[in-house]
Amino acid sequence: MIWDLHCHFTGLEGRTPDERMANLIEYADRMGVDKVTIFMGIRHSLDPTPEVFRRENDEVMQALSHWHDRAFGFAYVNPNYPDESVAEMDRMIADGPMVGIKLWVACRCSDPKLDAIVTHAAKLKAVIFQHTWYKTRGNLPGESTPEDLVVLAKRFPEITFICGHSGGNWELGIRAIRRHPNIMLGTGGFDPTAGMMEMAVRELGADRIIYGSDAGGRSFASQLAKVQGADIDNAAKKMILGRNYQRLLQPILNDKVQK
Amino acid sequence: MIDVNVSLFRWPTRRLPDDDTKLLVRRLRANGITQAWAGSFEGLLHNDLTGVNDRLAAECIEQGEEILVPFGTINPMLPDWEGDLLRCTDHHRMPGIRLHPDFHRYSLDSEAIQRVFALASEKQLIVQLALRMEDVRTSSSVFSLAEVDTAPLAKTVEKFPQLQLVVLNWSRDLRGPAFGDLAQLKNVCFDIATLESAGGVGKLIQEVPYQQVLLGSHAPFFYHVAAMLKLRESELGEFITTAIAGGNAARLLAGN
Ligand SMILES: [Zn+2]
Repeated sequence: MIWDLHCHFTGLEGRTPDERMANLIEYADRMGVDKVTIFMGIRHSLDPTPEVFRRENDEVMQALSHWHDRAFGFAYVNPNYPDESVAEMDRMIADGPMVGIKLWVACRCSDPKLDAIVTHAAKLKAVIFQHTWYKTRGNLPGESTPEDLVVLAKRFPEITFICGHSGGNWELGIRAIRRHPNIMLGTGGFDPTAGMMEMAVRELGADRIIYGSDAGGRSFASQLAKVQGADIDNAAKKMILGRNYQRLLQPILNDKVQK
Repeated sequence: MIDVNVSLFRWPTRRLPDDDTKLLVRRLRANGITQAWAGSFEGLLHNDLTGVNDRLAAECIEQGEEILVPFGTINPMLPDWEGDLLRCTDHHRMPGIRLHPDFHRYSLDSEAIQRVFALASEKQLIVQLALRMEDVRTSSSVFSLAEVDTAPLAKTVEKFPQLQLVVLNWSRDLRGPAFGDLAQLKNVCFDIATLESAGGVGKLIQEVPYQQVLLGSHAPFFYHVAAMLKLRESELGEFITTAIAGGNAARLLAGN
């Protein structure tokens, strides 16, 4: 069972969200990926106004409409608009089919502006995915590092967060989060550098790691290789490729079934 | 299958699971590789490239189980780099050399690279041009590496019609016209190690003839299986898959 935490419409052929989604599923099928998670629109926006993130989320909703059995959606929100973000989470998650939120590079995640968003996400049992990078030549102004995520996670020790991209420079990212058990590691969206998964399992344990690809910009192949090519046992691989993500989603999926 | 992009010995800032040649060879064999073109991580930072290439050649013979083919590192910024190149050909009988313009800091229209291309053409050597070894966003600040400017590459290569050029780890740096112009040249091949995007190989062969695309993994720095899985991710058909996975490289090595 392979569930992918992290996909986009970018890097795929097709004019519409529907066409791109069909393409993404075709590649997922070839690589044995059972479920994908999609967030953000065909065009990405670094600091979207509420109008823009609503439009991007509508595109995801459109794509999900034919693929409920194969795809999850996360709502893209922007901490620079906390009230509108909370309202969008109600529209997409409480009243819609989505199961998580995506936070990107509009605002560093250590900022108190995130508090209302993450507490609301926790109330909805939504998964919280935060993009993080350590770039050797410097991050974007609003781009978080794993250490920014640690600041947030310490304020909300009962809420689980996902450290997207493993911080890019994963030797630093894994170190930054290792003593904060409410942060999980997202493994998508950086090169398939060997040794990454072995270090992650050693420092975090396999139960804190979630496979994601960042396809279509990235290839499923290169990102699956981090798990499938790693010298870790098969039980760990199964957890990372799907079980951990399934466990994280179970509360919100149960709620949705009851509705 | 032939993997045209592997390296031996230690990566400067990290131990890698397969940085022992025995382990690397075991991994390659397990994934169906019958020949791998091997450069040396030592070549990135060492100045005594004669020693580097001697060790590479010896390691391929002693630990390579007849699947490793050495590609010596040439740094045209060093005094008497020509001596290194001649030792690669005449002494070690290497079929090719590998260049690292990012670590060794020369441009792709420099006198230096043109002299290498000229001598390599004369000696009928395959030239592997590794545009980078690592995402510059994650590379150690000690190296202060920058992207190599690929804009002049096609114009430079055009001057050497006898050159056999294999571009490695190129996909972040070669885009737009710089890629398009180079792909037009029949004596240039591209590996798939850093190729990304869902179905990336399928998309690539819409832009460059499949005869110019080669399986390359950048192991052991990358998980070797990444390149293998890329061949599955696109619907290539058996004929094209076989060509990319070895036929094209075998033809190149045979010199036609
Ligand atoms: Zn992403």
